[in-house]
Amino acid sequence: MATGAVTAGGAEGHEGVDQGKRDFLYIATAAMGAVGAVGAVLPLINELAPDAQTIAAGAPIEVDLAPIAEGQIMHVVWRSKPIFVRHLTAKEIAEGKSVPRDAMIDPAPETARVKAGHDQWLVVIGICTHLGCIPLDKEGPFGGWKCPCHGSQYDPLGRVRRGPAPANLAIPPYAFLNDTKIRIG
Amino acid sequence: MSGQSTYVPKSAFAKWFEARLPLGGLIHSSFIAYPTPRNLNYMWTFGGILSFMLVAQILTGIVLAMHYTPESTMAFNSVEHIMRDVPSGWLLRYLHSNGASFFFAAAYIHTFRGLYYGSYKAPRELLWLLGVVILLLLMATAFMGYVLPWGQMSFWGATVITNLFSAIPIIGNTIVAYLWGGYAVGNPTLNRFYSLHYLLPFVIAGVVALHVWALHVAGQNNPAGIDVKSSKDTVAFTPYATVKDAFGLLVFLIVYCWFVFYVPNILGDSDNYITANPLQTPAHIVPEWYFLPFYAILRAMPDIFFIPAKLAGVITMFGAILLLALAPWLDTSRVRSAKFRPLYRQFFWVLVIASLGLGYIGSKEVTPGYTTVGRILTAYYYLHFLVIMPLLGLIETPKKLPNSISESVLGGATAMPAAAAAAPERKG
Repeated sequence: MATGAVTAGGAEGHEGVDQGKRDFLYIATAAMGAVGAVGAVLPLINELAPDAQTIAAGAPIEVDLAPIAEGQIMHVVWRSKPIFVRHLTAKEIAEGKSVPRDAMIDPAPETARVKAGHDQWLVVIGICTHLGCIPLDKEGPFGGWKCPCHGSQYDPLGRVRRGPAPANLAIPPYAFLNDTKIRIG
Repeated sequence: MSGQSTYVPKSAFAKWFEARLPLGGLIHSSFIAYPTPRNLNYMWTFGGILSFMLVAQILTGIVLAMHYTPESTMAFNSVEHIMRDVPSGWLLRYLHSNGASFFFAAAYIHTFRGLYYGSYKAPRELLWLLGVVILLLLMATAFMGYVLPWGQMSFWGATVITNLFSAIPIIGNTIVAYLWGGYAVGNPTLNRFYSLHYLLPFVIAGVVALHVWALHVAGQNNPAGIDVKSSKDTVAFTPYATVKDAFGLLVFLIVYCWFVFYVPNILGDSDNYITANPLQTPAHIVPEWYFLPFYAILRAMPDIFFIPAKLAGVITMFGAILLLALAPWLDTSRVRSAKFRPLYRQFFWVLVIASLGLGYIGSKEVTPGYTTVGRILTAYYYLHFLVIMPLLGLIETPKKLPNSISESVLGGATAMPAAAAAAPERKG
């Protein structure tokens, strides 16, 4: 069957068809339909995103550090996630600096884990970077955290030391308002 | 294989109806006159059992949905309400929760029967692929259903499985946020899982219709794995297959009911009777038993070159199902049934043992010893499909196939002339 030109005769059922007109109609219909389909699918996907209520409930929180004794870990909740606020001991700080980082899964110097001038405060999202379980405090040979699900182990600075977790415990956005108060978020 | 319908409507109404919608002819040719190989054994009753379980799960699910509340602060209590307050609620819930287990048990038997008797081979490749699609949909449905009671295992199972998608490079975290509808698993997640858990069984029913359609085009495989050659090789679906299926189904249902009435919680996890707590992971997270082999594969992977362990685990786990889908093209032997494949038959059982072993490893806590065994078994599972299956077809000498299905059942009495039979065990 010829395309483009007007065909006289042609295949059965297609006699006297203006092929140029047909082509225009096919392309115009397909293009309009495609735009419409994309337009219809977008809201269906978009509604899956976190809604305004959820986002509003995820506003920043302030945490008072004063009650956390040295060696203690406090759990607070921000955006439905547990945040571990750990008051590191002098021993943990020293070990965090001296431990060789070459063999680490996600090597990070101690300075990347805490804020400058606040060496004793570690603030991390308490969610294992493997599949999202909450690691148990001070379990495992490294004295940081151990994930009960698949056995990942973290050191006191929240650095992953044994897999399967691929990355260190994430650090949420936070800032020191003064020496004993932080704002997370 | 289904051929022309021999259905003849008798009453005036049936004639009037048949002329307008030939439903009677379709049912008659598919489920009454349909010729089934006369050597089918009880392994072939699981297709019917699975159809029954799908309908049963939909029925119990629909009535449970009338009493359940998909809201994160009320879901757990509404399930307890079903258990204590709703008349017969305890029975319907136990039927539904144990029904999932028995659905999977039947699905796995059905799948391994296909692997043993070569049911995936030409001309049944599409039939097999549709089966793999049904298995995947079944897994998705079961996983989302397990989240609904909003116990500790519901919540943490949902967390672990949705986090699988964060392993995808670059867009992974966005996908996970869209799955959750929040910053973690929460009420929006529960709502959408409930919606999908209600939808997916009907999608499964649609794919099952395609599965049965494809089955009726290619015809059933049979324990001898040879094609039907004459009407002597077959018996009518009704009463022979119907009664055999019904008997198999009732035996299956007796075992199912024993679980429902005597040990309804033995297949579940007691932690799921604790309300979901987003701030405390249970000491030992395990999925339901039917996911354990896949869970073991997920946990087995180490870092592989530039692929982190997490992504490697996810790829390997989904790959384990993909391998099933590829079986029709990985198996190079032209002989279908393992009955006539002395080597494949042994490796088949090794695969069964390896799969059960993976299930055992999946139920255990993570220790270096178990991880090592898990890695060996995962490697063997892959080896079976990627190396052993293709290789066996080339090196194995199959036993002589019977000339016909009727000969294999009835002995030589009704044997056809040897020349009339093909000999697919001879290569080339």
